[in-house]
Amino acid sequence: MRNLNAIVAIAFRDITKLFRDKTRILANFVFPVIFIGVLGGSLQSNLQESLPYNFLTFVFTGVIAQTLFQSTASGIISLVEDRQNDFAQELFVSPIPRHSILIGKIFGETIVSFIQVSMVILFGVIIGVPLVFPALMRVLPFFPVVAFMGGAFGVLVMSTLTNQKTASQIFPFLIFPQFFLAGVFNPIKILPTPILIASRAMPMTYAVDLVRSIYYAGSSEREFVVLFNTQTNLSVVLGLFLVFLTLGTYLFVKNEKDK
Amino acid sequence: MRNKIIEVNKLSKRYKKAKELALDGVSFYVEKGAFFALLGPNGAGKTTTVSILNTTLSKTSGEATIDGLDIEKDSLKVRKNIGVIFQSPSLDKNLTAEENIRFHVNLYGLYPYRFTFSMMDKKYQKKVIKMAGLLGIENDIHKPIKTFSGGMKRKLEILRSLMHEPKVLFLDEPTTGLDPISRSNLWDYLIDLRKKKNVTIFLTTHYLEEAENADYACVINKGKVVAKGSPQDIKDQLVERFMVVDAKKRNELLKELKKFKVKISGKGPYKVVLNGIQPQKIVQKTKTPLTLLEIHNPTLEEAYVEIIEKDS
Repeated sequence: MRNLNAIVAIAFRDITKLFRDKTRILANFVFPVIFIGVLGGSLQSNLQESLPYNFLTFVFTGVIAQTLFQSTASGIISLVEDRQNDFAQELFVSPIPRHSILIGKIFGETIVSFIQVSMVILFGVIIGVPLVFPALMRVLPFFPVVAFMGGAFGVLVMSTLTNQKTASQIFPFLIFPQFFLAGVFNPIKILPTPILIASRAMPMTYAVDLVRSIYYAGSSEREFVVLFNTQTNLSVVLGLFLVFLTLGTYLFVKNEKDK
Repeated sequence: MRNKIIEVNKLSKRYKKAKELALDGVSFYVEKGAFFALLGPNGAGKTTTVSILNTTLSKTSGEATIDGLDIEKDSLKVRKNIGVIFQSPSLDKNLTAEENIRFHVNLYGLYPYRFTFSMMDKKYQKKVIKMAGLLGIENDIHKPIKTFSGGMKRKLEILRSLMHEPKVLFLDEPTTGLDPISRSNLWDYLIDLRKKKNVTIFLTTHYLEEAENADYACVINKGKVVAKGSPQDIKDQLVERFMVVDAKKRNELLKELKKFKVKISGKGPYKVVLNGIQPQKIVQKTKTPLTLLEIHNPTLEEAYVEIIEKDS
């Protein structure tokens, strides 16, 4: 019971912080604007004729998954920041097991990512991305799954990075290539072998494809856009979530204490 | 004898990739309700000791218990019983003073979490308002702590750490970075608090005057205990306490002094080493009129400098 209360408190601290951090809200809004508006829009205008699916919708669904994944992952990395600011000490001497701290963090950042993603959807609606709303509603229950996977990925990265400087330097290298290899805004159905291997090895690939496989289910565009079926994507996402979280938590607990 | 609340037995710590031990077989105990001071220069191993005791750092060997609980096996229970004031402030700058406290009480499971202050348990609200009054921050309790002074942040941290009524309060160099006025202010506050709450205080410091009020002190240097006892014991053990006397009739004075079986040096004025003898006793029984009487009572600072220098 105490742990649950603590998990809620830890989660809501992150949400409170989001509303106080105007730059973070803005920075997270800039990405979708560039990706959907600028990148998606320009490719749509120039390439649409040769494509059997709407490119803007394709990018939009990719950005939904990417936002959920990245927002949660980078939110978890903020524990490194806490460690630097020594706020982490307050957390670590409290009678709360380490894994509860991480679970609280993941929950908090998941809710934060929902707030971010609802802004992305709002933006998509405003600029008129062609959307099938019942399809979008179908994806909704799977938002937490994608965010959890991002969170677990964040735990693993965070547990191996010791300070904020390395974290902020290395994290982009771990996240940016995934945008392209996971096909957030570029089709990855057909790829040269080396890129194909890299693409299918990226965790985010399955998060993006999970969202698309549900959104495009039953539509004529599905065969051109989706890589795997929903069950495969879901199994990979949940599997990686468990592996990342277990390994990440283990390393986190160990590295935090054994100095 | 009072109960031992902290017992440390041959505690050692070697950091990863370090050749030398940061702690090398440290043993001491702290009595319940006592004010204990762990003294030592920078890098002596004070923070290492505190981190191991508050279960955030693993030990290499040895044993330690707090209130009979093993710090390794019962770490969660140990954490419930302690409050820690860290060397560097551990408040969340983005939250208000009240939110920092609310976060703490939620972590310790004292009151259920609510999204706003007014929705929290009434008892909690009362406690916080009373507390803000004690600190004189009634108007600032809902402001981000960014706006608070260093001394105020420290007091807030102390109040926060007392919310769960810990049995032991660890203060790791709590006055680092505070100006002298804030420092003495904080001390008055702590001494007062101790009287009211009867909490065991475990202080680490390199400011010696802060340890003068301690019931018991332990001096460490390079990971080893070099002296322990009451501040007075440490002084007596390690530094000569002496008096300097002189009289017109030096021969008579010398004769009288010799009766006390004390070490006397000099050809006048005479330096008399006081090995546990009260200077008053000597003065009372001396009939020769004195022309000079100086009692040299070393401060802990002098004792400390001597110990550290002897050791290095």
